[in-house]
Amino acid sequence: MQITPELYSVVLALAVALAAGLVGSFALMKRMSLAGDVISHVALPGLGIAFLIHANPLIGGGIALFLGTLLIWQLQKSSTLSTETAIGVIFVASVAIGTLLTPEEDLIEALFGGFAPLDTMGFLLGLGAVIVIVSFILSFRDELILALFSPELAATSGINVNRLNLQYLLVFSLTILAALQFLGALLVGALLIVPAAIGRQLTHTLGAFLITSAAASVLSVGLGLLTSHLHHLALGPTIVSIASLLFVLSLLKKKK
Amino acid sequence: MQSILSVKNLNVSLEDNKILEDISFSLEAGESMAVIGPNGSGKTVLLKSLLDLIPYSGQVKWAKNVKIGYVPQKIDADRHLPITLLDLLEAKMRTLHLVQSDCREVCRIIGLTANALKTPVGHLSGGQFQKGLIALALLGNPGVLLLDEPTASLDQSSEEHIYELIYRLQEQYRLTIIIVSHDLSMVYQHVDKVLCLNKEGLCFGDPHDVLDPKMLKKLFGTSFEYYHHAHKTK
Repeated sequence: MQITPELYSVVLALAVALAAGLVGSFALMKRMSLAGDVISHVALPGLGIAFLIHANPLIGGGIALFLGTLLIWQLQKSSTLSTETAIGVIFVASVAIGTLLTPEEDLIEALFGGFAPLDTMGFLLGLGAVIVIVSFILSFRDELILALFSPELAATSGINVNRLNLQYLLVFSLTILAALQFLGALLVGALLIVPAAIGRQLTHTLGAFLITSAAASVLSVGLGLLTSHLHHLALGPTIVSIASLLFVLSLLKKKK
Repeated sequence: MQSILSVKNLNVSLEDNKILEDISFSLEAGESMAVIGPNGSGKTVLLKSLLDLIPYSGQVKWAKNVKIGYVPQKIDADRHLPITLLDLLEAKMRTLHLVQSDCREVCRIIGLTANALKTPVGHLSGGQFQKGLIALALLGNPGVLLLDEPTASLDQSSEEHIYELIYRLQEQYRLTIIIVSHDLSMVYQHVDKVLCLNKEGLCFGDPHDVLDPKMLKKLFGTSFEYYHHAHKTK
């Protein structure tokens, strides 16, 4: 089989889906869906500036995501209503400023992503990011579970909860960055939330939850790639529609 | 006896509000202490400052190499997540680099059945869930157990069952216990010392000596009328 830039892109999309399913499971358990959505939207002004100055959009998005992650981490340390308000403001401001900054011809790609062939370097960088993400989740899964269950209990087990939260947020942002090119700033958060919601609906144990979320994410992206290719549909919205359909189907299974 | 915990002039302020003011007490190894006080009196904050989880001024001095187990009042996560008690116990077991036999031993001591271990935490009864939290705290063989209202959401029979379990553990394993509770019967029956808290420490000592009607009214308000006449049964 010949390795083509298109094949690189397909393989990376599926690998990123696997990582997103795992990271999203913990986002759901940590009740940080809102914060996660904000982080993904913070990428938009960065993408806009990168498009404006003809730089690599992923570099612009990456810088904006890194700054957004630090901001959310600071806000997370206090859990007052004003934090939620601040997160809400950052959310809408990012979309508005990002939309204004992004040239009109690039706006749809920035918001909804798409399928583009990848060169070897882009593929290897993406794959490296996926390896970092999956390794982190597998290595710190126990600490993450204890910390989300009770930060005090985690602290008495010798876990530095504050540092762990920052590490998780950085991995979360890296996942968003890796998936950004396929789903766009507006829809990328869905790949972290919807497959995890499916996993939660179908399982009773942690191991099964993580495996099912990752499988649902890979299935959504795989079917999304196929459907968008066959019917010439936009990739991001196709993936999210299929994931949402799988979620609706998962609701048919009544939890015991 | 050796003092396992000594607290001197402990002060905690959160966002310019004084939560704890000038608290001092000490505990010896193997002793049990209840922390009582009305809602908002700083009981949970006291436990968090003992665990060094929030900034404070004053002195909190634990004996050297003491290991602490903590039973939280409530959990932060949604209880209806696909997580079983076994998932949680194994997570802590691996974090502390313990072996399976340590986990099995704790489950045997607490009386957790294999069935309860495989049940998602959201499906457990209040009593079983609380036992699970105590088992989690006991993993790692702590010398001190801190419990924040461990029976707050339980019916009376489960409540008595949990208290019996806690004090059986204390006697068998010479644990030092610090327990936040609203239950004065438990305080009179089971604990060696009581700390009355209402931002400042209003009393500290043997509950039969320090908890008189005057102190209870001072602590809980003028409408409070509970007073226990029975002798200590411990």
